[in-house]
Amino acid sequence: MAGSGKAHLRPESDALLRIEDLVVEFRIGRTGLKVNAVSGISFDVLRGETLGIVGESGCGKSTTGRAIMQLPRATSGSVVFDGRELTTLDKEEMRKVRTKVQMIFQDPISSLNPRRKVRDIVMEPLKVWNRGSKDEQGDAVDRILEEVGIDPSRAAESLPHQFSGGQCQRISIARSLVLEPEVIICDEPVSALDVSVQAQVINLLEDLKRAHRLTLIFIAHDLAVVKNISDRVAVMYLGKLCEIGPSDDLYAKPAHPYTRLLLDSVPEPDPGVEPRRSTIGGEPPSPVNPPSGCRFNPRCPSASDRCRTEEPMMREVDSGHFVACHFPLHGGEAPVSVRV
Amino acid sequence: MSSHVTDESSTEPLIETVGLRTHFITPRGIARAVDGVTVQIRRGQSLGVVGESGSGKTVLSRSMMGLLPRNGVIREGSIRYGGIEIQHRSPKQMRRVWGPEMAMVFQDPMTSLNPVMKVGKQVTESLQLHLGMSSSEAMAVAEKVFRDVGIPEAARRLNQFPHELSGGMRQRVMIAIALACGPNMLFADEPTTALDVTVQAQILDLLSAQIKDRHMSMLLVTHNLGVVAGYTDEIAVMYGGKVVERAPTKALFSNVKMPYTEALLQSIPRLSHASHSRLAVIPGRPPDLVDPPAGCRFAPRCAYARDLCRREEPELIQAESPDHTFACHFPVGSPEYHERREELSRMPAPLLGRP
Repeated sequence: MAGSGKAHLRPESDALLRIEDLVVEFRIGRTGLKVNAVSGISFDVLRGETLGIVGESGCGKSTTGRAIMQLPRATSGSVVFDGRELTTLDKEEMRKVRTKVQMIFQDPISSLNPRRKVRDIVMEPLKVWNRGSKDEQGDAVDRILEEVGIDPSRAAESLPHQFSGGQCQRISIARSLVLEPEVIICDEPVSALDVSVQAQVINLLEDLKRAHRLTLIFIAHDLAVVKNISDRVAVMYLGKLCEIGPSDDLYAKPAHPYTRLLLDSVPEPDPGVEPRRSTIGGEPPSPVNPPSGCRFNPRCPSASDRCRTEEPMMREVDSGHFVACHFPLHGGEAPVSVRV
Repeated sequence: MSSHVTDESSTEPLIETVGLRTHFITPRGIARAVDGVTVQIRRGQSLGVVGESGSGKTVLSRSMMGLLPRNGVIREGSIRYGGIEIQHRSPKQMRRVWGPEMAMVFQDPMTSLNPVMKVGKQVTESLQLHLGMSSSEAMAVAEKVFRDVGIPEAARRLNQFPHELSGGMRQRVMIAIALACGPNMLFADEPTTALDVTVQAQILDLLSAQIKDRHMSMLLVTHNLGVVAGYTDEIAVMYGGKVVERAPTKALFSNVKMPYTEALLQSIPRLSHASHSRLAVIPGRPPDLVDPPAGCRFAPRCAYARDLCRREEPELIQAESPDHTFACHFPVGSPEYHERREELSRMPAPLLGRP
């Protein structure tokens, strides 16, 4: 998967966000070595669409989300939002763009200032941007707090630690919404929450998306959560894109062996379902020195010599469903050599 | 593996608690973290303890192993291990039990390992202390255990520090430390929560293979019903410090009795569901353990609660199938449950879905 190519991109005029050949590298001290966090990925998101990004830790999914916000700037590649190239904007212009592209993070408690009243935290973006009079700001904040299910009068006198994890995530969502953004990048927004609370937050995001006509990028490692919320899902491995497609189709008929193995690793909450034995062995190799050819080849059950030398390009296997693999699976069957 | 081989001796529980209470003295009052829990685990069997944060599942496992501090903790009821009462043993007495008899795998392998000690030393420490091995004997055993838990290049890894290992490898080291002295009872507290889904599957397979090979018993604490479904013989669902439903794994999933268990199951997003299918939610939050609600502790959040539930606490009662108990006045399948379900289905959907 180590796939490159842009066959999966849709017409430029349709996309609200278009990322091309994004590369993010981090230098390691003075060693001269570098971590190839993201190594040339391309994707686009249409207005009103939810794109899910899944992958193991270290695959570059969070780095990708942050690179869209230019936090930090990508090493190379282009990020076009609503027709504007973001990578060349200066600091001040980028600040303005960030009112339209907001982000929510994994740990809801540490992403809120512990010493400020919750209502002030949510109001701050309006103050920074001087939006409306004081009264109008207050009304907007109370409205958005109501909408995410937080009592505004309690928010006015309470600090973040007086709320539960799920409530703090609602507060973060309120803060990200108060400037009426077009895109929200959600980086593992529910992985720190209990399953019952997780369902509340996912439903809330779905409702808000409809009410505010939002476009979402939903980054998570939980495949079932990503399937539930996304229209389209992208699977990443070691800084590359393996597969991208409509969520139901991709989950029903994974074409990349990595996607198949990832899906097989998910424990089903049903003892009637025998755990599938084609679980993936090993761990992702170091992004400092990624394998040649397809980056997944050392762990891939169906890798051949070609996979070790030639990087696969994105190609369409089904309508809107693209895969970067020399030997894609058909109909989602288990990779040949692990079929029992 | 859902069913482990059981021998004749397995009718006697290896470990059991009877009316176990662990209460903490806090500035706000007494927090009833574990409030009258009776569980048994037979030799070679695994019990999954499931619940939301604050349900008391972690405190239960730590109480059973005797890991809680002496001060500020009120402990009542009985914990018997191999027929011997251990509830009020001192830490000094418990040290003989920790390691050779009981061991624990913790959630976060980074903070549970000593960062300035080589991992090999962290395994041999207990072998030398408990089993009186020489350091070279202990090293040989450690290397074997490392291989058992699937650590490649075991000999080289023994000389590494925790920060040199990946999260999955660190959790394997934790398991190796727990297994080194050959315990009979393994406590695993959310052993895979900090890990990737692929590594999670590897670690769960490893634990279940080791349980089988060594004929150990396991108590697996988790909030993930998917994890307990494939890897335990029995499940106890905890809510507000109490066990509210307990059954063999298959029976629990096929015949849920307690509306809380049902709600927990329905709130999980599943791979088999179409995308954008609306998730069922449990409104509200877990109860305050200092001042729990009267009657059934789940009543304030339960869609099927009636006046009786808010007044009178339900006892654990027997379901139709053996070994299946639950605490509910109007369980799933009862006429009252169906009546309410019908009323709910006539209500507009947002009322069901909203927090």
